Amino acid sequence: MAGSTKTLEDLTKQDYKYGFVTDVESDTVPKGLGEGTVRLISEKKGEPSFMLDWRLKAYRHWLTMKEPTWANVHYPPIDYNDIIYYSAPKSASDGPRSLEEVDPELRRTYEKLGIPLEEQKILAGVAVDAVFDSVSVATTFKGKLKELGIIFCSFSEAVHEHPDLVRKYLGSVVPYSDNFFATLNSAVFSDGSFVYVPKGVRCPMELSTYFRINAADTGQFERTLIIADAGAYVSYLEGCTAPKRDRNQLHAAVVELVALEDATIKYSTVQNWYPGDKQGKGGIYNFVTKRGKCAGARSKISWTQVETGSAITWKYPSCILQGDDSVGEFYSVALANNYQQADTGTKMIHLGRNTKSTIVSKGISAGHGQNTYRGLVKIMKGAANARNYSQCDSLLMGDKCGAHTFPYVEVKNSTARLEHEASTSKIGEDQIFYCRQRGLSTEDAVNLIVNGFCREVFRELPMEFAVEAQKLLGVSLEGSVG
Amino acid sequence: MLEIRNLEANAGGKEILKGINLTVNPGEVHAIMGPNGSGKSTLAHVLAGRETVTVSSGEVLFEGRDLLAMPPEVRAREGIFLAFQYPVEIPGVSNMYLLKAAVNAVRKHRGEQELDAMEFLALTKERIKLVEMDPTLLNRSVNEGFSGGEKKRNEIFQMALLDPRLAILDETDSGLDIDALRIVAAGVNALRGPKRAMVVITHYQRLLSHIVPDVVHVLAQGRIVKSGGKELALRLEEKGYAWIEGETRGAAAASRS
Repeated sequence: MAGSTKTLEDLTKQDYKYGFVTDVESDTVPKGLGEGTVRLISEKKGEPSFMLDWRLKAYRHWLTMKEPTWANVHYPPIDYNDIIYYSAPKSASDGPRSLEEVDPELRRTYEKLGIPLEEQKILAGVAVDAVFDSVSVATTFKGKLKELGIIFCSFSEAVHEHPDLVRKYLGSVVPYSDNFFATLNSAVFSDGSFVYVPKGVRCPMELSTYFRINAADTGQFERTLIIADAGAYVSYLEGCTAPKRDRNQLHAAVVELVALEDATIKYSTVQNWYPGDKQGKGGIYNFVTKRGKCAGARSKISWTQVETGSAITWKYPSCILQGDDSVGEFYSVALANNYQQADTGTKMIHLGRNTKSTIVSKGISAGHGQNTYRGLVKIMKGAANARNYSQCDSLLMGDKCGAHTFPYVEVKNSTARLEHEASTSKIGEDQIFYCRQRGLSTEDAVNLIVNGFCREVFRELPMEFAVEAQKLLGVSLEGSVG
Repeated sequence: MLEIRNLEANAGGKEILKGINLTVNPGEVHAIMGPNGSGKSTLAHVLAGRETVTVSSGEVLFEGRDLLAMPPEVRAREGIFLAFQYPVEIPGVSNMYLLKAAVNAVRKHRGEQELDAMEFLALTKERIKLVEMDPTLLNRSVNEGFSGGEKKRNEIFQMALLDPRLAILDETDSGLDIDALRIVAAGVNALRGPKRAMVVITHYQRLLSHIVPDVVHVLAQGRIVKSGGKELALRLEEKGYAWIEGETRGAAAASRS
């Protein structure tokens, strides 16, 4: 086994393939956070007063809060006054109307990342609302979506064009006072995506946003709000890469989903932010609040995430199952390699009757990575006949990594039925040898075994995304087995 | 094809092979018999390149080249196939997927065109008949939930697909009922040919009445203590391993005097 431990170590040593910095003139506010910063951001975005008020309430509340310490992650204290809270590519401030108007440097960056922003996207059937730093720079397919009455635009645009919808739903799932990072986001969020699918409309294409952190020392605070009106369906894809950087970058996003009666929202994420170097230096700190509310009866929200990046991941996509017969799902693959730390999981809050939730979590730990699953299943008093199925599997590669599982359960209704399964396995030297004896290289063998381990989650991803996720996992594990 | 000279090897700090000499020519089937713990499986693992076994001295030539210098996957691509005694389960990985990757790794190594999904499917349909295996097993996860017999058939099916030059069958008969044994043996016999050699490792003679060997070797305490024709297996079955051990002790005593 000594030989295979060494080989496991070797395979983890692969450089981040997407590390580069783009030279684009940025329109940046000075470092630091104060009421003035909040006002400045709101002013730069030309926001109506209700937004400024909301931001200020959040900011004042944030001042009373303390950074949480309960997560199983460790990092040096963050100086919130040493962060730039707003940075927009200058060429975008005029608002490009087509791809041709987009800064060529930006477009080259997207191409390097393999983001098919251009014509091939039509073939792929994906509309892109690309967020480069803090401002959306290009949105496609709007026309097509418009015919169906679907709104898919940047958050800033939504604030101007659809203030009533924003006002009605902003903070309705994640209130400005929710938690330290969400509250910070509420005060200073720069941009993000907004989706509204009207009654009975099935969105015909996957909506996709690529987030990318670029300007140095810029905290990135996106805000996404997706509303599926009664009977609507939408599938949303979020994918990320970030350039190589020597300083930790704070990322505190908020995603709110609202599903009304009979509506379905499927939210898929492939996250590949810079994880830090082999010593654990430099990567992204990812403190994200994602929550969906199944507000109406028979509504459904499904989260699928593949987390391979970031130095620290703190993320619990959750569902509030308010409507009777509503369904919440969480499928997750989280990889912690080198010195990465991942504390992730979900909360399923059952309020309505006959509500159902499914949790499938696959954690992979390699190198010195620490992977924690933290989940809460809460059955409230009124949630008669609620059901939950949870499955948490951990895969360990090598002997210096760790896997931790904290499943919490709170049941206040005796008709509830909950199942929990958990397993921890080591990637077997015998499995690797079996594959090698059939002619596969060690790396191919590890990819095969790891992908097999994750299959239940990958099959929940849309096709193109599943392929990307598999590749990403391969890249992220290269060097961890030799 | 295969030449083993004075091979000594240890596993887990214990010396297991204590000087093996063996020559296998193309077209031959060699049976290696011996009691538990005699080193039969260790020999198979050395040939396949398992890292848990350390070779301390001796050499192994495969078609004139130093086999021990090759990593396991290169040996496999060069045409060495091991039918495992305990085939491992790989959850979530379809049998088909692993086999296609394996077949194409070998083809690529040989400079042949890789098979696409349709061509591969055609090949599997043809070869699966050899072992009368249930085709639904192809779409299941590798060996997961397979019965003992299904696992062994799957090994021989893989061998049929990979078309090896030297096949090593490590106790392929263990855990098989009589019918399954007959089917597996028929599959193996169909794969016998003038260019392919086989090393069949077994405890029992019963497999050898289905797969008739050209040479039988008896392995005891890390050494080949007796070699002979197929009739040697029958005598072993009749007299037991104690007979050989007694005889070799006698021979050792005689050589000392």
